[in-house]
Amino acid sequence: MELPNFISRLMQQRDIQMRTIWVRLHLDAPLLIGILLLTLYGLLVLFSAADQSWAVVTKQLGRFLLGIILMFIAAQIPPEKYRVWIPSIYVAGIFLLVLVLVFGHTGKGAQRWLNLGFIRFQPSEIMKIAVPVMIAWYLGAKNLPPRFTPLLVSAILIIIPAALIAKQPDLGTALMVAAGGLSVLLFTGIRWRWFVIFGGIVAATAPVAWLFMHDYQRNRVLTFLNPDLDPLGTGYHIIQSKIAIGSGGFFGKGWFNGTQSHLDFLPEHSTDFIFSVIGEEFGLMGAIILLVLYAFIIGRCLYIASNAYDSFTRLLAGSLSLTFFFALFVNIGMVCGILPVVGMPLPLISYGGTAVVTVLTAFGILMSIQTHRHIIKT
Amino acid sequence: MKFPAKFGSKSKVNSKVNIWRYRFVLIFLAVAALALLWRMLDLMVINRGFLMQQGNARMVRVVSTQAYRGMITDRYGNPLAISTPVDAVWADPQTVTDVDAATLAKLARIIALPQKTLNSRLQQKHKEFIYLQRQLTPLQAAEVKALNIPGIFLKREYRRYYPEGEVTAHVVGLTNVDDHGQEGLELADEKTLQGVAGQRRVIKDRMGYVVAEVNELREPKAGENIALSIDRRIQYSAYRALAAGITKYNAKSGSAVVMDVHTGEILAMVSQPGFNPNNRPKGQSEAYRNRAVTDTFEPGSTIKTFSIITALESGKYKPNTMINTSPGWYMIGKNMVHDHSNKGEMTVTDVLKFSSNVGVSKIILSLPPENLWNLLNKLGLGQSTGSGFPGEVVGVLPYREKWAPFALATLSFGYGLSVTTLQLAHIYSTLANEGISVPPTFLKVTTPPQGEQMIDPKTTHETIKMLETVVEPGGTAPWARVPGYWISGKTGTSFVVGPKGYDKKHKNVVFVGIAPATNPQLVVVVFLHDPKPKAQTSDAGYTAGPIFSKIMSESLRILNIPPDHLNGGAQTGEQQKPAAEELG
Repeated sequence: MELPNFISRLMQQRDIQMRTIWVRLHLDAPLLIGILLLTLYGLLVLFSAADQSWAVVTKQLGRFLLGIILMFIAAQIPPEKYRVWIPSIYVAGIFLLVLVLVFGHTGKGAQRWLNLGFIRFQPSEIMKIAVPVMIAWYLGAKNLPPRFTPLLVSAILIIIPAALIAKQPDLGTALMVAAGGLSVLLFTGIRWRWFVIFGGIVAATAPVAWLFMHDYQRNRVLTFLNPDLDPLGTGYHIIQSKIAIGSGGFFGKGWFNGTQSHLDFLPEHSTDFIFSVIGEEFGLMGAIILLVLYAFIIGRCLYIASNAYDSFTRLLAGSLSLTFFFALFVNIGMVCGILPVVGMPLPLISYGGTAVVTVLTAFGILMSIQTHRHIIKT
Repeated sequence: MKFPAKFGSKSKVNSKVNIWRYRFVLIFLAVAALALLWRMLDLMVINRGFLMQQGNARMVRVVSTQAYRGMITDRYGNPLAISTPVDAVWADPQTVTDVDAATLAKLARIIALPQKTLNSRLQQKHKEFIYLQRQLTPLQAAEVKALNIPGIFLKREYRRYYPEGEVTAHVVGLTNVDDHGQEGLELADEKTLQGVAGQRRVIKDRMGYVVAEVNELREPKAGENIALSIDRRIQYSAYRALAAGITKYNAKSGSAVVMDVHTGEILAMVSQPGFNPNNRPKGQSEAYRNRAVTDTFEPGSTIKTFSIITALESGKYKPNTMINTSPGWYMIGKNMVHDHSNKGEMTVTDVLKFSSNVGVSKIILSLPPENLWNLLNKLGLGQSTGSGFPGEVVGVLPYREKWAPFALATLSFGYGLSVTTLQLAHIYSTLANEGISVPPTFLKVTTPPQGEQMIDPKTTHETIKMLETVVEPGGTAPWARVPGYWISGKTGTSFVVGPKGYDKKHKNVVFVGIAPATNPQLVVVVFLHDPKPKAQTSDAGYTAGPIFSKIMSESLRILNIPPDHLNGGAQTGEQQKPAAEELG
């Protein structure tokens, strides 16, 4: 049965109205809903992981609100402005990384933090966004697929920050930054052979990299290959998190009932290893819900990328989406024991400020790309 | 168009390639997501059981609960050893971190542990369990608990308390801080007393705190109580008499045993020097020895009783058979046996009364040489009494294929063999119990064991009768009399063996007596090592005798044993002049 004509017209009208409101606010409704749901889920888990501490949850909520504000601001700025600002942001990021190495605040054996007096943050988190954005900016102005010289320049643009971050030392973030930058290339349509060559170089340099690694990094690799090598030392994290996840079973032990995390057997259970709390308390169902939320957000991001109106915005949107994906994939993969342990928060779930703010800002840029498209067309 | 034309040209991307790329990216993402999903299935469904068990292994712990140690009581149920619950404080040095020095100083003060010791124990970071102090008082425990230091814990344990203190210390023995018997009957009856520790399943967090109880796997089974044969009152009087006697006669050590002749029950056993089992300073272990079972000595003249029994049983001698002991010494080969004084011709009874070495040697040398050894061996010398007391020694009763006359003669007056106080009490109990040997026991006996007939009852009656003369005026031990009772007894004095043979400056003295002589119930043995009284001779009759008298009279009174000699037995010793030195 068809709807009466006036109703469908009314609905269409309303739809257009709604769309216009969102567009005027420069927000993307599906993405925002996905983000809010994910954040809500994250706060629920955090409340349990932090032993029902309201202080922790409100602090994280405050960071989230700050991130939403930054997202809103980022969404108001048209992509063209980003195009202008990007080189300076990138250079500023490099500068901050150098500052970290010189004046950085040491936490847990690595210099990652920059203390500005009123705020403490990790410049490396900013570079997770700044590097892909920079590559998108650079290649977006070249003919696609790019030729050798632009590729070489891109490689240098990626290696400089990655090397600085690796020096902190924070190998995980360095690899993430590099992966984010490389993912842009995936969207530029470069020939497969470059990926093959690149893979070959990585494989060839791996033994050399081993020589330059810190002891704890080597241990992590060895532990990843065989966690039982040192179950009380370097293998402890991964064994404990596997136990926590595995003991959750299908439906989990229930909110607040995770024994491994609450009895402190699970290290870092409110930050990097928060996924194992989800696994233990909400089981396979909880993990699937999390993955579905992520899939929805990434799907929406890729939709935005595919609808982008020029190569720069497309590359920008695509690389931001993939960076987000890498972050969650590396984190969950690490917690489940299929990837080595690297310091990598679970985006929008783990306790921690800089990551939340950066991720939400990136979503703001995506929303800007999506909403400014309409204005251009009209 | 707002944008410069050059940007417009950028959108001239090969759209075919682009679509292909997007598909590739999507496939890549899907594969990655599937990998994660598969891994989760692997962990949460396939390996769930194993991982859950591993998880439990990390937090579920089985802890043991100490069982209540059984009580030791005397024969009437009065407690001699009881356990009271106390707390021990222990630390997990790996967890004790970031505790400020002031709090640790406070802890050290509460548990009375030097600050240095406390710090060095907490420095042992490789350990996960170290005791800081055991057996705290309830007040200390409460204060430690109030400090609430992470990594410092209390543990329930039991402290053994001995209400009778030093009086029963040697018999009851003692336990160590872990509640295991170390000495005495605490050790002998460990299996009965200790019970079975319980097991509880608990959940512990990583810091080792018990956060929840899961279930009790096994309830602790309290140890059984045991009732000793000891009579607390007799034990006390024996303790007091021996301790006073040791001081009075300036002896180095001593022991005494009171035994029920019918049941073999040890009613009292005391040893000096003593110790307080409730407060044991270090370096006292010498005093822990229960000398009544661990120290042997040459029994001297107390063996003469059994030489005479051998003689009576041979049928060649009667109590009134005359023996000529003049001139007070007797040459056996190149060796000489001598008495204190020459008493000329005397009866067999007088041989016992005056403790004549010459007389007993002549009697025993006139008999088949193996008879005496056979009797002593049959009565249990040189063997364990079977009391089961830890550290009990068996003494020596050397067996010889061929008895050289002098060796046999010395054996007849108690040299060349060694016994414990308990063994002496045992063989005299056999004599007192009409020749029926009942094994000595420290446990209360409800049905007396079937004894074994060792000596003809008629012989025992005659012997006991003859031994009455020992405490008569003119005998060797009139100081051993007990008012109102006939006493049969025998003194024994022997020189202590030093590095160069017998050391005539040091003696072992012993008195063993049976009462009431007309209806024997009790045997009391008093042994003193190296008495050196200032005023008088150190002979057994004058030192061990009075102690015996005291213990025996109090025991008879406590047990309500009717007197059999109402008008006799008064202490006449005060008027007696000590006899000359006796040997054997």
